[in-house]
Amino acid sequence: MDIKVTVNGTTHHLDVPDNTLLVDVLRERLGLTGTHVGCDTSQCGACVVHMDGTAVKSCTVLAGQADGAGVTTIEGIGRPDDLHPMQAAFRENHALQCGFCTPGMIMSAIDMVQKSEGRLDEAAVRDGLEGNLCRCTGYHNIVKAVLSAQDSM
Amino acid sequence: MATETGIGASVKRKEDARFITGAGRYTDDVGQHGQTYAVFARSPYARARLNGLDTSAALATDGVVAVFTGADLQASEVGDLPCGWMVKSKDGSDMVQPPHPPLAVSSVNYVGEPYAVVIGETLEAAKNGAEALDPDFEEQDAVVDLATAAEADQIHESVPNNQCYDWELGDKAATDAAFAQAHHVASIDIVNNRLIPNAIEPRAALGEYDEASGTYTLHTTSQNPHLERLVLAAFVNIAPEARLRVISPDVGGGFGSKIFVYAEETAVIWAAGQLRRPVKWRAERSESFLADAHGRDHVTHAELALAEDGRFLGLRVKNKANMGAYLSTFASSVPTYLYGTLMAGQYKTPAIYVEVQSLFTNTAPVDAYRGAGRPEATYVVERLVETAAREMGIDPAELRRRNFIQPADFPYETPVALTYDTGDYEASLDRALDHADYSGFQARREASEQGGKKRGIGFSCYIEACGLAPSQVAISLGAGVGLFEVGEVRVDVTGSVTVVTGSHSHGQSHETTFAQIISDKLGVPFENVTVLHGDTGRSDYALGTYGSRSLAVGGSAIIKATDKIIAKGKKIAAHMLEAKEDQVEFEDGSFNVADSNQSLTFGEVAFAAYVPANYPLEELEPGLSEKAFYDPPNFTYPAGAHICEVEVDPDTGVVTIEKFVAVDDFGHVINPMIVEGQVHGGLAQGIGQALLEHGVYDDTGQLLSGSYMDYTMPRADDLPSFTVDTTVTPCTHNPLGVKGCGEAGAIGSTAAVMNAVTDALGVKDVPMPATSETVWRALRNGGNG
Repeated sequence: MDIKVTVNGTTHHLDVPDNTLLVDVLRERLGLTGTHVGCDTSQCGACVVHMDGTAVKSCTVLAGQADGAGVTTIEGIGRPDDLHPMQAAFRENHALQCGFCTPGMIMSAIDMVQKSEGRLDEAAVRDGLEGNLCRCTGYHNIVKAVLSAQDSM
Repeated sequence: MATETGIGASVKRKEDARFITGAGRYTDDVGQHGQTYAVFARSPYARARLNGLDTSAALATDGVVAVFTGADLQASEVGDLPCGWMVKSKDGSDMVQPPHPPLAVSSVNYVGEPYAVVIGETLEAAKNGAEALDPDFEEQDAVVDLATAAEADQIHESVPNNQCYDWELGDKAATDAAFAQAHHVASIDIVNNRLIPNAIEPRAALGEYDEASGTYTLHTTSQNPHLERLVLAAFVNIAPEARLRVISPDVGGGFGSKIFVYAEETAVIWAAGQLRRPVKWRAERSESFLADAHGRDHVTHAELALAEDGRFLGLRVKNKANMGAYLSTFASSVPTYLYGTLMAGQYKTPAIYVEVQSLFTNTAPVDAYRGAGRPEATYVVERLVETAAREMGIDPAELRRRNFIQPADFPYETPVALTYDTGDYEASLDRALDHADYSGFQARREASEQGGKKRGIGFSCYIEACGLAPSQVAISLGAGVGLFEVGEVRVDVTGSVTVVTGSHSHGQSHETTFAQIISDKLGVPFENVTVLHGDTGRSDYALGTYGSRSLAVGGSAIIKATDKIIAKGKKIAAHMLEAKEDQVEFEDGSFNVADSNQSLTFGEVAFAAYVPANYPLEELEPGLSEKAFYDPPNFTYPAGAHICEVEVDPDTGVVTIEKFVAVDDFGHVINPMIVEGQVHGGLAQGIGQALLEHGVYDDTGQLLSGSYMDYTMPRADDLPSFTVDTTVTPCTHNPLGVKGCGEAGAIGSTAAVMNAVTDALGVKDVPMPATSETVWRALRNGGNG
């Protein structure tokens, strides 16, 4: 099938098999390998990207569902010398170790803060990160990072 | 030199810039033109004969390039996967090691064991081909239960009673005599539940073969690429080491599970040579559950003999350890030399006797997982000490205090083969008691009770032997490899520094910590130091990352190399300044002549070494690049006190961690921020074992907890924020005075949580994981889950 998808501001016209997943379009077709695959079953959240402004697990979105959509990946939110406040907060608070869950974690956290009504507290952040697994940090510093980023976002 | 980037500073990590922007480069991110895709066919049975395998339909599938079976690998003389540690039984006989072909040939012995690999032009083609394979399996009764495995059907022809070894450590007669004198004997029967490591990055491999040079290149998710290369060269017979390069790029967590050499990368690199094309494989999560080496899985009876005043007189441990279906790379060492040797804990127990029977079952191989043997040992000792305290009516903190090895006792030789160099266990406990507000516990417990809840507190004063390892000691105990580490410090022409270390980083932050050490020692700006690792083409033979060894062993190698740089720099400076070598001192990045104002910067000396105009070429080689191998004289002994306070809702059985305090002694700390992060992660895994995680097989050997829907990984809302702190007794035998921090959280915390849960419930034991269902049932039947 033919799809048109705008990723990080660039529009791509792609011919993909009907059963192609969005994550495979990003990783294999567009070379955006910052979005990771950790579980294939929509449980780990390493593949989270934004589709039309909402966090989605790109391993469970068909490329066809993204036809006409705007997708933002970790590569599209900031550069090393111009970090998104959430990226900066993760660095500042040592909220990552191996880095594998980090892109999905950051994309989920941005969505959580943007959608929050009023200030998030620790319990709300922990609840909001429930769809993202991290095996390295014990979440302690991730929670700190998200709480601090909401002030700078 | 205390600076903002030197030793002791919480410097932000160099690694982060790429990871937070999506620029990390993990194995699955590496692609090669013309690459093919591998899919493994895996046994659906726990135990079966493989009487035949019809590959014709698979080969006829669109896009399938090749199908390779176990027989194909055997015909090509691909060797078995070896175990690198020989353990001997009580009677002096060698452990029994069953054949372990990378792809099963005539029998399969666990669900998920690979028996063929299908290579396709696309992943989909390879999957379709794997579906079209027609194996002729004859299912047999599986041996699943560890406790009865010795009496069950024999799994491997060469392994009577399914026994790998029956090992012992310590003085049996002295221990029996101690028990005969006991005023009180506390005993426990406990199970250390099987865990599945679950690094979030699944294992992956990309094999390439270059026809022109005959060279193989393997990108893979390994914690120790040189070990991978050694095994593939020397045992599997892929190619000599000089024609085999193993690259571990960014690796997304390991926790032990990526130490081992597995079937998949072995088949991938071999197939790349057969096909003359790159072959790529990435595990799906279900494959990770089935075929990554699992951890723990012990069934243990243990007894502690005490005098009337609470002094420990003797400890007896009888343990069964599950090896799974085959011996993984270091499986044999985990329940023996990394377990029995830790049974003294922090205590002056004079007599200890440990017996370990390791058995095969039709389950995934079991090997080192974060802590590797030491969490299991800590669980035995600390559950037993807490049990004794309750039975004798002695405060558990006080009972520990009465038995601690005291600072004046070091070096302290334990009855189980280790010599602790240093420690101050009471200092850690006191600090932890403070943080935990132990004196306020009774009031909090009463408040909980008034709210209809039950509250408990639990301790764990753990010790670990890290910094693996003194090579001669390890080899004399059965290790098949040396356990030193290599470090290379290359000073560039303009004075920046490239460090090449054998210590692979997959979350541990070596790129930052090691740069801090170099910046501190050489006075070179932190940003001008780059640390390279993870490539056999870049560094000398190295041993890699496990056992909290990177700083204590890898860091020490770097210090040794740095000392050589400084020594050579002094010679160069002496020549340039026309001074005697012993008059030159190096401080804060400059070479100074004593009692004069003459000096040269580090950069000036480096430049002179590479542009040797004014240089003693007849006495000294040009260049400023040094390498060192460091073999530690002893293990390091991190230790600490963990205190957990829980509240239990008796109506639902839900356990909530109200407070978790960890006070650890890691010796000197290079980067406190990173060390705290390591502790947090370890705590999450230890708490996960206690409350959530369990690798469960049914009676037929099917893995019931084979997905994230069934295996409970700790999520953000399962855990509290932690209180972590450190005390410091510097290691006495390495140049940085460091002990290692990677595993402590996972070693100490599990016993603290379970001591708290059993305290809250008022029962002797609850099986792990203490899920709400288990706790709810325990409240109704007195502790039997």
